[in-house]
Amino acid sequence: MTPVGGYLHMIVDAPEVSEVQPGHFAALAVGGPNGATLLRRAFSIHKSTPGETLEFIFAPHGPGTQWLANQRAGDVIDIIAPLGKPFILPKQPIACVIVAGGYGAAPMELLARELRAHNCRVDVVLGAGTQEKLFGVLDLKSVSDSLVVTTDDGTSGVRGRVTDVLAGVITKNNSQAVYACGPMPMLQAVAEVAQANGAFSQCAVEESMACGIGVCMTCVLPIIGDDGVTRMARSCVDGPVFRGDRVRWDDVDTVPSDAFGAPRPGGH
Amino acid sequence: MSVDLTTSLGSLELSAPTLTASGCAAAGRELAQFGDVSSLGAVVTKSIMMEPRSGRATPRMAETPSGMLNSIGLQGPGIEAFLEKDLSWLTENNVTTIVSIAGNNVDEFGELARILAKVPGVAGLEVNISCPNVESRGQVFACNPVSAAQVIETVRSVWHSDAPILAKLSPDVTDIVEIAHSVVEAGVHGVSMINTLLGMVIDVDKMKPMLGGRTGGLSGPAIRPVAVRAIYQVHAALPSLPILGMGGIRNGHDALEFIAAGASAVSIGTVVFGDPGAPWRIATELGKELEARGYDSLREVIGLAHHN
Repeated sequence: MTPVGGYLHMIVDAPEVSEVQPGHFAALAVGGPNGATLLRRAFSIHKSTPGETLEFIFAPHGPGTQWLANQRAGDVIDIIAPLGKPFILPKQPIACVIVAGGYGAAPMELLARELRAHNCRVDVVLGAGTQEKLFGVLDLKSVSDSLVVTTDDGTSGVRGRVTDVLAGVITKNNSQAVYACGPMPMLQAVAEVAQANGAFSQCAVEESMACGIGVCMTCVLPIIGDDGVTRMARSCVDGPVFRGDRVRWDDVDTVPSDAFGAPRPGGH
Repeated sequence: MSVDLTTSLGSLELSAPTLTASGCAAAGRELAQFGDVSSLGAVVTKSIMMEPRSGRATPRMAETPSGMLNSIGLQGPGIEAFLEKDLSWLTENNVTTIVSIAGNNVDEFGELARILAKVPGVAGLEVNISCPNVESRGQVFACNPVSAAQVIETVRSVWHSDAPILAKLSPDVTDIVEIAHSVVEAGVHGVSMINTLLGMVIDVDKMKPMLGGRTGGLSGPAIRPVAVRAIYQVHAALPSLPILGMGGIRNGHDALEFIAAGASAVSIGTVVFGDPGAPWRIATELGKELEARGYDSLREVIGLAHHN
């Protein structure tokens, strides 16, 4: 467990976990078998050495993450991984942009390496509220063709939001795909900028989950399917990566009236 | 020496004492990566309704001390897609399946039962008359002995099947024994208890209820003593009524409490969200708990706490 800026970097032995793709997540049990926190905490997988280790980036802010932060070498953590649908890699060697906010950058080094292995150009935009909330700047710099940093308060890089610079990056490099991970308002803005500039986007969403394996129906959001019908899809098994143009961003946290099975006037 | 963990719910013989709890295992398929679903006592499916249903707005979950609130609102594919996609998978995989049904009104419960009575592979019916996540408390049939009985009578009248009908009861009533008497008179074969308790968490930064649906159902170990009490009361009043017990069971020791209170079998619910292997683990632990106390079988312990 090593502090990295405002976050903790945790490496765990996980010999049972083989292949991890960028965007996969893990569900960690917290609090011990008799603790009062029953639900797992979901974290994107930062790095993985197949058959050996998993790495996570997190910030202790609630009782579950505080418990995790207090674990020491040799302690046992119950982990289910890999979970979810990862980022889809392009079949052609196209120019891609990686956009991340705060610790949303955690899974992106893995993604950058994969994209480069597919001969893609990789440009990176990392943003955060302030310098200490940035993550992965040096690591992503080493695996990308360019990197721009933005902070809301101007303590590092360009003062402003990732979306203030994204359109320029897309235009300059003729980028065709944008990969994003971070808070929901950022993802919405990134998806809109990508679409407006003719790029395809994939967003790893952050929805609170109870189970992480598809049984509890907690982590749903309105997603437009291939058939054009909006369904309340589970971000744990149908995501967490969704096409940016398929998420009904304005309707997140609601059930749109035209969603499959939505309540009808006069009763459900 | 191994303890005999077989049990029964009315006419339904169960090879194992732990079942999934409705709403906590979808329709079983997602748990298949964690264990052999056919080796469970049964899968109790998430309550199915006639029509597809989107459920409620998010946030749908709030973790609470030793528990959680959920406000899912019966999201589901509707009976047609359920039969085609979910029940077919359960049947193909030889899973003992208890189908949970929920209706907006008495007629819908009857229609669902009429459809399911003809379908092979339905080992039992759990009639969810107690989902708290509906817009009107008047829709919680299990809060009123007359409405509860109306639903069960309607279901019973079209249920031309040998599989048992269980009524799922709510603890949010003044006298759960009165409700149990009422559904028994209406012809139910057993009861499942308890459903979640209605609760609320308020976000004091936003100064509003945390859940999109405002209120939600409280589950998990926080409600376990309420469940044990309810089962004990109903078993005392109706000792021959089969009871499927649930409410915050986390390990074999907890499960044994439910059996001693009068449950013939137990459903494992919220703990599955944290430990998907729990239904299998708890069956094993229950065997050890019984063995450690010198019992040969689960059946001999059902309701034993009433005799001491």
